[in-house]
Amino acid sequence: MKGLAFSKRNDLEVLRDPLNLFFGVGFPIVLLLLLTAIQANIPVTLFEIERLTPGIAVFGLSFMTLFSATLIAKDRSSSFLQRLYTTPLTAGDFILGYLLPILPICMAQSVICYAVAVVLGLEVTVHVLISVLLTLPVALLFVSLGLLCGSIFTDKQVGGICGALLTNLTAWLSGVWFDLGLVGGAFQKIAGLLPFFHAVEMERAAVRGDYAGAFPHFWWVAGYAAVVTAAAVGAFLRQMKNQ
Amino acid sequence: MNAIKTIDLTKKYKDLTAVNRLNLTVRKGELLSLLGVNGAGKTTTIKMLTGLTRPTSGDAFLNGKSILTQSAAVREMIAVSPQETAVAPNLTVRENLELMAGVHGFQKSEAKDKVTELSDCFGLGEITGKRAGKLSGGWQRRLSIAMALISDPQILFLDEPTLGLDVLARGELWDMIRTLKGKMTVILTTHYMEEAEALSDRVAILKSGRLLLTGTPAEIKSRAGTDKFDEAFVRIVKEGQP
Repeated sequence: MKGLAFSKRNDLEVLRDPLNLFFGVGFPIVLLLLLTAIQANIPVTLFEIERLTPGIAVFGLSFMTLFSATLIAKDRSSSFLQRLYTTPLTAGDFILGYLLPILPICMAQSVICYAVAVVLGLEVTVHVLISVLLTLPVALLFVSLGLLCGSIFTDKQVGGICGALLTNLTAWLSGVWFDLGLVGGAFQKIAGLLPFFHAVEMERAAVRGDYAGAFPHFWWVAGYAAVVTAAAVGAFLRQMKNQ
Repeated sequence: MNAIKTIDLTKKYKDLTAVNRLNLTVRKGELLSLLGVNGAGKTTTIKMLTGLTRPTSGDAFLNGKSILTQSAAVREMIAVSPQETAVAPNLTVRENLELMAGVHGFQKSEAKDKVTELSDCFGLGEITGKRAGKLSGGWQRRLSIAMALISDPQILFLDEPTLGLDVLARGELWDMIRTLKGKMTVILTTHYMEEAEALSDRVAILKSGRLLLTGTPAEIKSRAGTDKFDEAFVRIVKEGQP
């Protein structure tokens, strides 16, 4: 009950920021529409709706790191979090209160993204539903990254690190915008060691119903999500102690 | 009966001793002002008493509960209105109050009653639907104190509650704080001497982490040999050996 009140507050803080709504929902849809229009005129395999949608779904989730990190970093920089530290809320209430409310927002974003893709020609199959469900570990990864960054950096630093750096890393190293094989070498190897590429490939495999092909990537994403969540919890508890 | 009793309460940060063997008692229902120049140890003392920072040594008891070993019980009985206005900016006034009721475990109907009661008491009734971030500094401060009071705390910490407010808003907040006297124990920090004199039952003056003296505003003036409270404070701090 106590933690729920805090979660509700975090949900409202994120949803009531118009910039969050634009980047969380509007921007992925704009990209989907724009690239589908380009695809209609100049066909590119990479931008076919079955390959494009999973990529946009994952790229859209990278903005959740920014929302989550900004919320936490702002709370830390004001006295608001200090005030709440003097209430009966426990460390667990704080961590769950920052992580859980953003996950439904992530899922809503994925649903909207795939729904728009269906309107644009993506075939409605059970695989699409499973693809939406599989965005959950990806969402956890990005939201936990937000908790980690928000616990370490200031709200200004978070803007640069999560807003610019992370979204660009996700874009370049995920294979959403270009085939990583075309670059090859160290770039492709590094991309293969990070979770972004695996998140996109997992989604692409799931959309076409190739679950055997999706699972190796799922373990990469789930593994990263687990490690980042553990690191985020540690970082949050550390900053809580330092308060 | 003491609401607060500190025993050799000490906080050290590497080479700096922010609070040095503080022994202070505050009676139940009393309003005590902690005074001191910057770096005197006021905020660190409040941070220790509210569980935000752990003492290096010593202990403090709030209504008999140790801040070291019974911190959860201490958190149930206290409330803090921090120095900066601590409100959730994208939440309405009502939602901010409901949030604080929620984190203290109030049931929905109970929370609703408390929100209505405090909105009326603090004159927030007409702005309950407004987002807190859109309010003026004075109204935000008012809301911040109302948020602290929603749990009916036994001990309330007000850290520079009127900092940066204009003279009218400050006067209104003083009236509000006066209404709390006797109902709960209030610890107030302030840099405004007239505020401490007007509101306090007793005053504690700190310098370089040490307690110089405690007394009523009249006793402080008498001790310093002046009838002006701000002059008395300056004399005591200048002459006081930390």
